[in-house]
Amino acid sequence: MSVALKLENLSKTFEVGKRLFREPKARVHAVRPVTLDVEEGETLGIVGESGCGKSTLARLLVGLLPPSEGLIEINGAKLDNADPAEFGKKIQYVFQDPISSLNPRKTIRQVMEAPLRHLHKMDKAARDARISEIFASVNLREEFLERYPHEFSGGQAQRIGIARALAADARILILDEPVSALDVSVQAQVLNLLERLKGELGLTYLFISHDLAVVEAISTRVAVLYFGTLVELGAAEDIFRAPRHPYTKLLASSAPVVGRPLVNPEGKATDLPDPLNPPPGCAFAARCPKATEICRKAPPKLEAVEGGTQKAACYHPLSEGEQIFG
Amino acid sequence: MSFFKLLIRNRLAFAGLIVMGLVLALVIATPILPLYEPNVTDTANRFLKPFEGGHILGTDHLGRDLLSRLLWGTQLSLAVGISAAVFAAFFGAAIGIVAGYFGGTTDNVIMRGVDMLMAFPYILLALAIVAALGPGLVNALIAVAAVNIPFFARNIRGVTVGIAHKEFVDAARLAGESHLKIILTEIVPNVIPVIVIAMSTTIGWMILETAGLSFLGLGSQPPQADLGSMLGEARSALITNPHTSVVPGVMILIIVMAINLLGDGVRDALDPRLRSGALTRPRPATLVEREGPVPAPVESGTLVLTDLQTQFRVGERVYKAVSHVSLHVAPGECLGVIGESGSGKSVTALSIMGLVASPPGVIVGGSAIYDGTELIGAPYSKLRSYRGDKVAYIFQDPLATLHPLYTVGDQLCEAIRVHHSVSKAEAWTRAVELLKQVRIPNAEGRAKVYPHEMSGGMRQRVGIAMALANDPDVIIADEPTTALDVTVQAQILALLNDLRRERGLSIIFITHDFGVVAQLCDRVAVMYAGRIVETGPTQEVLDDAAHPYTRRLIACVPELGEGRRELHAIPGLPPAVDRLPAGCAFAPRCDKAQTLCQVGVIELEGGASRKVRCLYPETDIAGMAKPVAQVPELKKGAGA
Repeated sequence: MSVALKLENLSKTFEVGKRLFREPKARVHAVRPVTLDVEEGETLGIVGESGCGKSTLARLLVGLLPPSEGLIEINGAKLDNADPAEFGKKIQYVFQDPISSLNPRKTIRQVMEAPLRHLHKMDKAARDARISEIFASVNLREEFLERYPHEFSGGQAQRIGIARALAADARILILDEPVSALDVSVQAQVLNLLERLKGELGLTYLFISHDLAVVEAISTRVAVLYFGTLVELGAAEDIFRAPRHPYTKLLASSAPVVGRPLVNPEGKATDLPDPLNPPPGCAFAARCPKATEICRKAPPKLEAVEGGTQKAACYHPLSEGEQIFG
Repeated sequence: MSFFKLLIRNRLAFAGLIVMGLVLALVIATPILPLYEPNVTDTANRFLKPFEGGHILGTDHLGRDLLSRLLWGTQLSLAVGISAAVFAAFFGAAIGIVAGYFGGTTDNVIMRGVDMLMAFPYILLALAIVAALGPGLVNALIAVAAVNIPFFARNIRGVTVGIAHKEFVDAARLAGESHLKIILTEIVPNVIPVIVIAMSTTIGWMILETAGLSFLGLGSQPPQADLGSMLGEARSALITNPHTSVVPGVMILIIVMAINLLGDGVRDALDPRLRSGALTRPRPATLVEREGPVPAPVESGTLVLTDLQTQFRVGERVYKAVSHVSLHVAPGECLGVIGESGSGKSVTALSIMGLVASPPGVIVGGSAIYDGTELIGAPYSKLRSYRGDKVAYIFQDPLATLHPLYTVGDQLCEAIRVHHSVSKAEAWTRAVELLKQVRIPNAEGRAKVYPHEMSGGMRQRVGIAMALANDPDVIIADEPTTALDVTVQAQILALLNDLRRERGLSIIFITHDFGVVAQLCDRVAVMYAGRIVETGPTQEVLDDAAHPYTRRLIACVPELGEGRRELHAIPGLPPAVDRLPAGCAFAPRCDKAQTLCQVGVIELEGGASRKVRCLYPETDIAGMAKPVAQVPELKKGAGA
C-alpha cells in the first residue's frame, strides 16, 4: 500500500491580540506538530472533543489555512503553498453543515459545474456528462440540478455536498463531521453511501467526528486528538476496545452505551487546559489518574505501545483491560 | 409568499407605491403634456395666484408657469437623487465588499479611510466638494453620492464579513474559483438584497440633500428648475406670495414621504427575518383554540398530558406538529421522549407551559394537568407563577438561554426572586449553594463570572442550577447534552440522575440518542411525525421494539464496541407534518406495510405500561387486537 497523504510536523499557531510592531500578546497552538501517514484506500478516523484542533487540521489539509510549520505531501508531491485551487484537484472537503455549504442563490447545477469548469477546464458537453455520472453514483435525480439549496432536506443536501467533492476528481476526501447535522435514520444512509463510493472509486477518507461509535463503524484506523496533540493512533477495532492512552479510555467510558449503567467516569467537573497558558507537559495530566512528575514536565512522544498495535503519546500507557475510571 | 404580495399587504408601503407611481408617471409624461415653457419669463404676469390667467398653480417671481417648472423640476430632482443613490450604492458596496472579503490589512486601510470621510459633518463635506468642483447639478450629484458612500461601505462590509466566512465560500475556493469570480458569483448575489434595502431607505434622504444644495445655490443653476432651487428662489417672497414656496415644498414632502414608506415596505418584505414574522410580538402564552371538549386524564402522575394537539398555522397551511400525545411522569421518574427532528418532541415539551410562539403556534386540544391544575388554557398569571417554580426547563444551548450581560450569579438570583420574596443577599447565598449542587468547582468565584467566560459543560450546569432554583417538581430537559462533548455529557447525565434520586424530581428528557435514554430513563416514548408510535419501559422497548420504526431506528444507531460494520439505514424521509398521509405516517418507509396501514386512524394500543401504534407490530404486546388474523386476505393481496 502506498501512502496517499503524509503530514510531517504539521502545526498551526494562531496569534492572539496582534500589535503593530511588537510581538502578539499570545499564541494559541491549535494544532501541535502532527506527523501522520494516511494509506491509500483507508479511512482514517479523527476523533476529539470541541477545541481539540480537528477542524483546524482539516482546513490545513485542504489549503484553506496556511500551516505555521511542517509540510503536506499528497502521493509523494509536496504541497506547501496554501492555495485551495492547487489542493482542490488532489484533496477535497465535505462540510459539516450541508445547507450552509451551498450558496443559497445558485442552482445545484451551478454548484456542481464550478469544480469542473475551474479545476478541469471542461467544456459544456463534458461537464454535463460528468455531472450525470456523479449524480447517478450518489443516487440523486438529475431533476434536482435546476433547484436551489433550500428545497432540499439535510440528507439530500449532504449528498449534493459529496457529489461536489467527487466532481473535483480528487482521490482524497476530508469529511468534517459529515453526518453530525443529520438525523440518525438519514445518517446511516449517508455513511453507507460513503462506504460504497470509497470501494467503487478507490477513495481515501479522513473522517473527522466527535461521535466515537460512528468513527469506529466507518474507519480503518482512528487517531485521537486532545488539545491539538495526537495522543493515540490505532486500528478502529482495537482503539476503543483496548485503549492505551488514558484520554481514549475516558472517551470510551463516557460514551453512552445501551446496557451499560450510567457512570460519570471522572467523578468531577473538569475543563480543558487554558489554551493561552498551556501546561508544559502532557495536556491531559491534570485529569489523568496515572499522571506522575514526568507527565507534568515534558510532553510525551507518540510511540508504539508494548504488546499492542496502537501508538500512544503517554509515559504510562494502559495495559489491555486496565480500568482507571469509574 | 412573493415579494410583491408581502409589499402590498403593508398598507402604508402600498400607499407609498401608488403615490410614487403617480409622481413617476407625471414626470415621465411631462415632455408630452400641454404645459407652458418652464423657463420663459413673463414679468408682467409675475406672482399670479393659482388658477389666474390660465396658470393652474400660478406663476413665480419672473412670471414663469409654476406647474411646468414643478414637473420639470421634479423630474430633475428625482433623476439626480436616484443617480446619486445608485452611484453611492455602487461605489460604497464595491468598497465594502472588497474590505469585507479580503479582511486583515486591506480591510483596515479601507475602513479607516471611510472613517475619515465619516468624521466630517455631511453637509460640510458636500459643501467642500462643491466648492472644489464648482457649483452645478453634476457636481452636486457627485457631492451627495460621495457623502453617502461611507454609509453603504460600512453596511455592506458588515454583511460581507459574515458571508465571506460561510462554508460555501470555502467550497468555491476549493472548486478553484478566483477571488474575482467568488466575489461576483458567491458574494454579490447574497449582498444585493442588503444593497437594495439600504438604497430604498436612503433615496429620499439623497433627494433632500440634493434639494438642500440647490437651495443654497450650489446645485442646479438658473434658469433650470429643480425642487431645491425653486424653493430657494421663492424664499424672498415667502410672506407675500406663499404659494411659490408651498408648491415645491409640498412636492418634496410627498416624494420623500412616499419613498420612505415604500422603502420601509421593501426592507420588511426583503428581510427574511421580518418576513417570517419575527417582528410580530409573540403572545406571553401559546394561543389555545380548543376544537373539542377537554379530555379526561386516564393516567396519573405529577404531570399528565392527555391527547395534546399543537399546530402551526402559516397562511393556508396547517402543520400538525403534535397530534394526540399523551404522556405522564411520576415523582422521581425519568421519562424519555425520543424522535428525529420534526417529530414534535420539542413542541410537545413547550406546549405544556404555553411556551410555543403564537403566532404561528396554536394548541387545538388536549389537557396537561400538573398537581390537579389544568395548564392548557390556564390564565397567563397562573402559567407564569408555575413556570420555573413548579415546572422548569433546561434547553439545548446554554449560551443562548443565559443572558450575556449579567453574571451567572445575578441570573440565578433573579430566577429565585421572581418567585420568592427574599433579600438579595439571601438569594445570592442560595445561588452559590445551587452552583455547588451542580458540582461547579469554586462556586463562590464562578457565580461572579459571565456566561461567555465558562465552558459549554459549565454553562449547562448553570442552566441546570437555574432550573433547580425554585425546587420544581418537574424538569423538562430538551436535548440538554446534544451540544456537549461525550466526557461532559457523561458528567451532566450523572448529575441529573443524582438530582432526581435525591429530590424526587420528575424528569421529561427529550433526546434523539438511544444510548442516553437507555442509561437515564425509566420509560420511553418514541415519536414520529407528531405522534407517539411506541411507549413502554426503556429496557423492554430497547430489547424488543414493537413498532417497525423504533426497531429500525435502533438499528441505525452505531454502538461503540461493535467494530467496523455496515449500518442499517431507513430508506426515504419523514413526512412533512402539513401533508400527513392517512393511516400510519411511517407506512411509506416501512417494509411491513400493508394496504390497511394507509387507511383510517391507527390507535395507540396495548396494556397499561406498553403501547404501540401499529397494526402489524414486530412483537406481541398484551392487550392488542390483531387485525392480521381478522383480515388475512388483505395481507395476501398487499404482499403480492
